[in-house]
Amino acid sequence: MTDAATLPPGRDVKPRLSRDDVMMRSWMIVIALYLVVTLVFPLYAMLSKSFSTYHFDLGQFEFQVSDDDGVFATDPVLASTLNDQLGVFGEADLRAGSDGRLPATKLFPDFSFRSSKMYRVRGTSDEAVYLVGSTRHSGTAWQELDSNTFRRVQMRPVSGTGFGNFVTYFSTPALSNSIKNSLVISTIATVLTVTLAFGFAYALNRSCLRFKGAFRIIAMAPILVPSLLPGIALVYLFGNQGMLKELLMGQSIYGPIGILIGSVFFTFPHAFLILSTALAISDARLYEAADSLKTSPWKTFWTVTIPGARYGIISATFVVFNLVITDFGLPKVIGGQFNVLAVDIYKQVIGQQNFEMGAVVSVVLLIPAVFAFAIDRIVQRRQVAQLSARSVPYEPKPQKGRDRVAMIYCSVIGVFIIGLLAICQYAALIKFWPYDLSLSLNNYQFDLMDGGGWGSYFNSIKLGLLTAIVGTGVVFFGAYLVEKANGFEMGRGFFQMVAMLPMAVPGMVLGLAYIFFFNNPANPLNAIYGTMAILVVCTVTHFYTVSHLTAVTALKQMDREFESVSASLKQPTMKLFRRVTVPVCLPALLDISIYLFVNAMTTVSAVVFLYSPKTALASIAVLNMDDAGDIAPAAAMGMMIFYTNAAARIIHLLVSRGLLTRTQAWRFR
Amino acid sequence: MKTTSKTLTIAAAAAIAATGVFAETELTVYTAFEAEDLKRYADTFNEAHPDIKINWVRDSTGIVTAKLLAEKDNPQADVVWGLAATSLLLLKSEDMLEPYAPKGVEALDPKFVDSDNPPYWVGQDAWAGAICYNTVEAEKNGLTPPTSWKDLHDPMYKGHIIMPNPNSSGTGFLDVSSWLQMFGEEAGWDYMDGLHENIARYTHSGSKPCKLAASGEIPIGISFAFRGAKSKAAGAPLEVIVPSEGVGWDMEAGGIIAGTANLEAAQTLLDFAVSTKAMEMYNVGYAIIGIPSLAKPVEHFPDGLKDALIENDFEWAANNRAAILAEWQSRYDGKSDPK
Amino acid sequence: MNALKSAPVLAHEVPAKDPYLEISDLWKLYGDFVALRDVSLKVEEGEFVCFLGPSGCGKTTLLRAIAGLDLQTRGTVIQNGQDVSNLPPSRRDFGIVFQSYALFPNLTIRKNIAYGLENAGRSKEEITVRVTELLDMVGLSEQGNKYPAQLSGGQQQRIALARAIATSPGLLLLDEPLSALDAKVRVHLRHEIKELQRKLGVTTVMVTHDQEEALSMADRIVVMNHGVIEQVGAPTEVYKNPASLFVAGFIGEMNQLEAQILSENRLRIGKHEFECRDHDFDPGTTVVAAIRPDDVVPHGSDFVPDAGAKNCELVRIGDMEFLGSFWRCHLISDDFHGAELIADFSVNAVRRLSLATRQEIHVELPRENLIAFAPEAQGGDDD
Repeated sequence: MTDAATLPPGRDVKPRLSRDDVMMRSWMIVIALYLVVTLVFPLYAMLSKSFSTYHFDLGQFEFQVSDDDGVFATDPVLASTLNDQLGVFGEADLRAGSDGRLPATKLFPDFSFRSSKMYRVRGTSDEAVYLVGSTRHSGTAWQELDSNTFRRVQMRPVSGTGFGNFVTYFSTPALSNSIKNSLVISTIATVLTVTLAFGFAYALNRSCLRFKGAFRIIAMAPILVPSLLPGIALVYLFGNQGMLKELLMGQSIYGPIGILIGSVFFTFPHAFLILSTALAISDARLYEAADSLKTSPWKTFWTVTIPGARYGIISATFVVFNLVITDFGLPKVIGGQFNVLAVDIYKQVIGQQNFEMGAVVSVVLLIPAVFAFAIDRIVQRRQVAQLSARSVPYEPKPQKGRDRVAMIYCSVIGVFIIGLLAICQYAALIKFWPYDLSLSLNNYQFDLMDGGGWGSYFNSIKLGLLTAIVGTGVVFFGAYLVEKANGFEMGRGFFQMVAMLPMAVPGMVLGLAYIFFFNNPANPLNAIYGTMAILVVCTVTHFYTVSHLTAVTALKQMDREFESVSASLKQPTMKLFRRVTVPVCLPALLDISIYLFVNAMTTVSAVVFLYSPKTALASIAVLNMDDAGDIAPAAAMGMMIFYTNAAARIIHLLVSRGLLTRTQAWRFR
Repeated sequence: MKTTSKTLTIAAAAAIAATGVFAETELTVYTAFEAEDLKRYADTFNEAHPDIKINWVRDSTGIVTAKLLAEKDNPQADVVWGLAATSLLLLKSEDMLEPYAPKGVEALDPKFVDSDNPPYWVGQDAWAGAICYNTVEAEKNGLTPPTSWKDLHDPMYKGHIIMPNPNSSGTGFLDVSSWLQMFGEEAGWDYMDGLHENIARYTHSGSKPCKLAASGEIPIGISFAFRGAKSKAAGAPLEVIVPSEGVGWDMEAGGIIAGTANLEAAQTLLDFAVSTKAMEMYNVGYAIIGIPSLAKPVEHFPDGLKDALIENDFEWAANNRAAILAEWQSRYDGKSDPK
Repeated sequence: MNALKSAPVLAHEVPAKDPYLEISDLWKLYGDFVALRDVSLKVEEGEFVCFLGPSGCGKTTLLRAIAGLDLQTRGTVIQNGQDVSNLPPSRRDFGIVFQSYALFPNLTIRKNIAYGLENAGRSKEEITVRVTELLDMVGLSEQGNKYPAQLSGGQQQRIALARAIATSPGLLLLDEPLSALDAKVRVHLRHEIKELQRKLGVTTVMVTHDQEEALSMADRIVVMNHGVIEQVGAPTEVYKNPASLFVAGFIGEMNQLEAQILSENRLRIGKHEFECRDHDFDPGTTVVAAIRPDDVVPHGSDFVPDAGAKNCELVRIGDMEFLGSFWRCHLISDDFHGAELIADFSVNAVRRLSLATRQEIHVELPRENLIAFAPEAQGGDDD
């Protein structure tokens, strides 16, 4: 009875678009284009960079050797011919980086720089480049050189495309070992964090613990600091001059142990938040049922609690895994010789200027991150369904033994978190650790250190504010369009997909991709390279997904018919947006702003490739001061970020409350 | 009212005139000079040339070099001033430098001038490798101070030495390249094999080992003398040791970026960079400068540093850099289990 | 003489007025699902029309197509002589009220009502006057400065109504406006809306699944099922002469008994023959004989049908439920193959005939109230 075949022939009615429809679609396209330009294009540029190879084309060079009297009697000979005869260079030798050099003399086994032979060298095409010493030559004109100068001839590689970089990567154990390291450390850190955070969330949700509010705040504190700060704290605790060095029993903190402890610290709030939500929504009726069936608490835990929270556990697992594997700051500070992928990108690009190899590592890092992201998305979709099911919240009853255990457990975790922060603050105030323990503010004289000084701190605040303002605007408006526009299903689907992408892209990868894309003179957007603008754009894009989801959730709670009513009253949609949507969603807007602000203050990974001396940032300053060995000032700056973010949070809270009472009077009867 | 507006007009006119007269040209200068020196250097330069304004773009050597190479097709810099000679050689081989012989270049030690004529770059001052030795921590661990590189092979130093990773640090590469030049390739790698046994870890930056030694995190940091002198001045119980075999060194050098729109001003700056005045300016922090006769001793700098400098073949180092780093990486980096 | 004659002729020559709203051959497909199948309908100016049907019958889809909120796949909508088939809502002339009220929560009542009056060349004073007038109209003059959340559901719905008619639209669309309210408020508001509509004379289309609401408010009811219009007619018409078994069953209650056609006005239920309304079925066809419970006429236990008594049936009274104004009786006849007959007897009749449970009585199924319908196609209602 629902066959469409009976539909009379003819064309479907095509809607005439209203001015609002056209406007909304245009803006949606504009914001989608923004995401394409700031995300898809850079990633594409990076991908193509990873396939951009350099190799020595021996057919491009021609030599001629004279006899001992300097007379050129023999014919010129191609380098490739010589190599075929001698087999000096194997295939691996001919792969190169952009800075590759191949000494010409290797092709002449009996070469002596003292001989009186003369040498001629030229390229067979205009592209052939070689160096005499460090002077660059190209072209097909012969150069005649004495043997002592010929010693200095170096052939340069030509560029091409192919899998060469990947071959090099996987055949260099020093590089590819990092894959294993990254996977192993992320897995262990994930298991540790999720377990610990589950215990914490469980204690807070399922016991009558006192000071729950305080514990909740403490658990969330690490989100306010850059991921490298716990690394610095660990140096002071467990380094060779560490206060608690003995606890490590001879093991070095520099390496996997340090990364693990630090990772637990900085990923804890993320896991805790997800697990806490998962536990909070589980149904009390199941527990009552289990109780009435006289099920043992242990069995109840495994048959009711764990299955009920399973989506939360899976989600937390992948979120933590993703955070650890893509984190750069912590292993940079405390990783020692333990190489991981994110740091490898930095080393390749900043240390060796090998952009191609940096791109290869980025591609490698992208794979597990995308994988973890995809699983997390699938799981979250299911959890939403579970959330909407009706359930009765569980109300724990006091139980002395259990509550005491919960108290001890939470206190230990709380001390761990506060301890690491306190240590940083203490170290920052010490004059010269460990020789002069008097207190001083010397470490706050950032202007005397590398990293950009106090200017970088104010830059960070500027970045935070700009990111919060611009980002909230773009994200919320984009989410509004995609949620409330009429028709245009394809465009909206595409937009949703692109908006989800940033979460899967590690910061390091994004930053590097930005270099390739924006630092290209042919790119009309080249002008923003090296400015605050590119930092804002990069940070907004980096943290787009979570903000977008927050906005969409808030918008979904709005009556779907507001737009219809507005249209029926012949009022422009933008009036509705301005007068109703934005005011009603103000709490969500504030949440997005604070999220963007805090992240802009703490992010290191994406911006480390993009800041310029004029736009140095506090988080980068922490990194660079630590890198230069100024660890105490690094801790001082890190704590400045903490206080700033904490203050921002408090202001956010006050503003939210103030706005709620003033402009949101309608919420209360 | 009237007078106010008149005054304002005059003030505005004066301000315009001032900018017009005193800052006709702006130069974008990429540098790795110490942050704290920048203002002093610019001020000294502006005393003689108030019409040229310097816009510094400062970062560590590796990053500035990376930036310059990345901008190869679209250079943003007019001048490079105070960047490692090794980096300038790299720029030269990419055809990014404009050859120019600054006025007074003859007075410079030939080591400090590019071999081509006109030179592509000129040096300003030199910094050399050295060992930072924390006397307090060494005593705690019962160590005796080393006097030579070879001494560092002694098993008593096991786990007590930190050096920079040459793959990310110019200082690290300078050390590695100097050992290979001093001891010969084979013996050089043998030396590093032995040293690796005693190394606690490799750091990313070149100054960090010395700072770690200064803070007692490690007794011995292989770093550079300048850093050690600074930490010592800051009160660290440090001894800056110049190994007897000699030390690797590099210089802070300058050159003009090919294709700059402000060639004349760039040349003026380079003239200044090799002038007597500039040398005195460098000498405040650096013991070894381009015109050796002008050098005055710098406090806390180890004696005999100048004589210990090896014959450094920058060209050889630049041309073999990729191969050396690859070899180093395969020998010492990324071992999955750190023993 | 000429002049005298011409007047009535002229009046006669005024062409029949075009309908205010004319929907022709409307189709709406969601993928393969046909939500509207070839729907045509005319609505006269000033008429109050109800779309009535179970959920999923397409009534809301039809309303949204009229509004332009969800465009039809095929077909045309002509409003006030203008083809609006593919126009966006903002270019059509209607006001709309939703079940959820969709009041702007952060704007006061006055601002909500004034919302559509802005940007239309009205001065501030004019707007204030109009808003006050509307508030009076819906009887909420005192509440103007409150927020929607501070009002009751019924009050909110009145504000939504005031907002919808503020701009004096030519067409008022009401999408289940009363469903979210509790029963008492609903009945009250029904009356109020109808009153207001009559006063304003605005053409109104209301969607509802509540037959009582439709019967009490509408000038005409459009009964829909499975995307098709089953019947259009005045409430009494639809109630008295349902066009199909679906309509018969959906509006009011209906006993449904399997029957065989004997002739154009006779049929057989179980073992007995009955006279029924005239119909077009061929003899021998299996049909459903339907009669409303309140059309069943009871006789006292002493009643003995004579030979001339038609359409009488001996039944036993099963359960009796007292429902206030009447008794609902479950009647069982041995001749109906066990099928139960439901009859609503007035309190009066029950008292007069002293009917009681387990009693055997005769009931009459009056000829004009016994209707033959084709059995419904396979399946049933979604509701």
